[in-house]
Amino acid sequence: MYVSVKGGERAIRNAHRLLDKARRGDPGLPAISAAQIDQQLALAVDRVMTEGSLFDRELAALAIRQARGDLIEAIFLVRAYRTTLPRFGASVPVDTAAMTLRRRISATFKDLPGGQLLGPTFDYTQRLLDLDPEAPTAEGAPQTATAEEAAVPRVTDILGRDGLIEAEDGSEAPVADLTRDPLAFPAGRDLRLQSLARGDEGFLLALGYSTQRGYARTHPFAGEIRIGFVQVELYLEELGFAVVIGEIEVTEVQTVNQFKGSASAPPQFTRGYGLTFGYCERKAMSMALVDRALRWRELGEDDKGAPAQDEEFVLSHADNVQATGFVEHLKLPHYVDFQSELELVRKLRREQEERRASLEAAE
Amino acid sequence: MTTPDPAYNFAYLDEQTKRMIRRAILKAVAIPGYQVPFASREMPMPYGWGTGGVQVTAALLGPEDVLKVIDQGADDTTNAVSIRAFFKRTAGVATTERTEEATIIQTRHRIPETPLTAKQILVYQVPIPEPLRFLEPRETETRTMHALQDYGLMHVKLYEDIATHGHIATTYAYPVKVAGRYVTDPSPTPKFDNPKMNRNAALQLFGAGREQRIYAIPPHTEVVSLDFEDHPFSVQTWDRPCELCGATDSFLDEVVMDDQGRRMFVCSDSDHCARRRSARPEAAA
Amino acid sequence: MTGETQVLPLLEASGVTVLYGRQVGCSEVSLDLWPGEVLAVVGESGSGKTTLLRCLAGMLPPAQGRVDYRLRDGGVEEVYAMTEARRRALQRSDWGFVYQTPADGLRMTVSAGANVGERLMALGSRHYGEIRREALAWLERLEIDGARIDERPQAFSGGMRQRLQIARNLVTAPRLVFMDEPTGGLDVSVQARILDTLRGLVRDMGLSVVLVTHDLGVARLLADRMLVMKDGRVVEEGLTDQILEDPQHAYAQLLVSSILQA
Repeated sequence: MYVSVKGGERAIRNAHRLLDKARRGDPGLPAISAAQIDQQLALAVDRVMTEGSLFDRELAALAIRQARGDLIEAIFLVRAYRTTLPRFGASVPVDTAAMTLRRRISATFKDLPGGQLLGPTFDYTQRLLDLDPEAPTAEGAPQTATAEEAAVPRVTDILGRDGLIEAEDGSEAPVADLTRDPLAFPAGRDLRLQSLARGDEGFLLALGYSTQRGYARTHPFAGEIRIGFVQVELYLEELGFAVVIGEIEVTEVQTVNQFKGSASAPPQFTRGYGLTFGYCERKAMSMALVDRALRWRELGEDDKGAPAQDEEFVLSHADNVQATGFVEHLKLPHYVDFQSELELVRKLRREQEERRASLEAAE
Repeated sequence: MTTPDPAYNFAYLDEQTKRMIRRAILKAVAIPGYQVPFASREMPMPYGWGTGGVQVTAALLGPEDVLKVIDQGADDTTNAVSIRAFFKRTAGVATTERTEEATIIQTRHRIPETPLTAKQILVYQVPIPEPLRFLEPRETETRTMHALQDYGLMHVKLYEDIATHGHIATTYAYPVKVAGRYVTDPSPTPKFDNPKMNRNAALQLFGAGREQRIYAIPPHTEVVSLDFEDHPFSVQTWDRPCELCGATDSFLDEVVMDDQGRRMFVCSDSDHCARRRSARPEAAA
Repeated sequence: MTGETQVLPLLEASGVTVLYGRQVGCSEVSLDLWPGEVLAVVGESGSGKTTLLRCLAGMLPPAQGRVDYRLRDGGVEEVYAMTEARRRALQRSDWGFVYQTPADGLRMTVSAGANVGERLMALGSRHYGEIRREALAWLERLEIDGARIDERPQAFSGGMRQRLQIARNLVTAPRLVFMDEPTGGLDVSVQARILDTLRGLVRDMGLSVVLVTHDLGVARLLADRMLVMKDGRVVEEGLTDQILEDPQHAYAQLLVSSILQA
């Protein structure tokens, strides 16, 4: 006699116990601390902070540990936590020109005020897998240039002084926030940039790459990549001025792109913009490429039908928490719908069989 | 009723967010079948797993409410269990498996077989709220089509079904017209349940979290399944009763018994089936 | 003409100018289209004739000027002052638009029957059998084998696709049809057959047509009257025979001589 399946509750509880056990791994090995993750897997922490939209290294590290290293799962944990936090206000725009630099490179000028600063980069490392099972140690203090005390001008500002690049919109209007208002199309650039900043690194990488291969090519130069620390200021109504509430690390990328002039406007370079928390160079570069591709309408360029130009397509699919949820929901039971389809397929087959039989009988 | 977890606000969402969702619900009730955009929050469960329904339920719940959660018609499917546990923990409300005891029923893919009353609210979890989405992928275009009641394309799809298969081949998420105005997606319920939506005494609310939409069918509203006069809408039928309770008027799930092709057909609504069996104990023997 | 039945224009354009950014698409065009009349707009590519057509058809709002349409009840409405809902309703019932490329005017992924039936369904037809009968009748009227009603236009030749597009437009018995180079991409023999069919339909249905073409042969076969456009402006206007036999404007003379030599 068939008895319908019961005990979903107990099965779930047991599955979660198994998860706890798997997460801890071999209990003979020491547990990894959030501080270790923060220090030794710092780029994972940076990505989780960026796509989780929450600058908190410790929470991101905890999330990575809880997620067993699954970064999208960790981003999801951070997002779900973030949504419960109260909001005190919005900071004034951070001044990336005043950044304390850790890395700064430009592909457009050989030398420039402030110089090129490589910083802790993978670039030019020989990608030879280090087979020494012992953890590598830093040998001796690296020699670094004396940190620039004075603010280093941004390359785009240098170009801007001569009017060679488009001016940025300096509007003080409040910016859109897709975590507070439903996403609506057409989206302004503020909303697009927010969506891209939260967007999945892999998705943006692929889209950015596609623009380089000719799907809405934008002729980019890496105008400047700068990574370092900026101060976050909050304007306090009571005081009548902004006060510094902390310092965060960010990656900013500005691409310098193809120019266009018209009868009235002289030819000028245009820009694509990328900004992330922490050290997320690949993401910020991809973001700048996609931002620039999405600006085709505003800049009077052709709609080439390329995926990276399609605002609805890009913004609707950039969020990996949304994407993973919907892809993975296919795991949920769908017996009822499947039953409906099964009945239909059987019926269609039966009807076809009958038609064939009656045709044969007629012959 | 248990004590809610003090770490969270009642029913998880903050009051500000609940008010925002209630405003969207009121607007949805005022414009039956119209998809109201709302600022869906990130919930501690994945998108596509009922975040829309959960937000609607959270905005509706009061301490006196009695909650029932079903998935595929059953109370004990894993996702239903998980959502019920979520509200038990964050709101401490009473839960039930009995349809007539519940004040709020959150559902995925089914409408209970037991008729609902004016005192109940049915909350649907919706993955894709836009009935025109698979005909036209662009939101900007589908919103215009709704605004202008430009629904010819929907019938083109049904026409194609008949031309190809001899009858309409949509079996679930079967499009309906609500109050003679908006073409609306009933969520992926089987078309078997469509007639229950029509002039239902209960308020029906639909929440799509990932897609940020809420829509409603107010009580006693006319809901018509799209069809042709000469190919009228019809629901699934089975040529046998439920093998557990003998019901002949319920949606049946097919259970595979062995690898020799043995099948068994049982009610998908587990509460309905259990109650029929307890009323007729001899049938269960 | 008797005094009581005063004939009034079906479509009237006054001082229509269309701009693309700073570029002029067409400039200060005025015209009247009379019931049952076929008006050809001729000129070489880039002369602004397709721009004008799209503007007249409610698809491209003018920067200046207006377009008025006389409804079935005799009332006149400004096309660009209507609500979008009303304009769309008009476009899918009382008007038709035949694109040069059939794929632009057809749904390539649904059957021929559904392509023809779509307008009927949009207008509220809810009887599958009747929609299908109507679709079949129109396919046959356009000389498409009725047995192919369930095939998709992808399987059709260029000429058949164009016939299907015409059928799809005429199924609601419109009064006004806009055509943009309707035989543009077709072989000469296919062209001739379609033009012949079109001429019959225009006569039988009493259609008013604005026909854009660069081919004076097409204009000669179908049109009662012609407008000659150059650089976005109308340079000459008159009865078709008159313009073809005695063009006044230098450009029209050039155009006519080039076709007559060919």
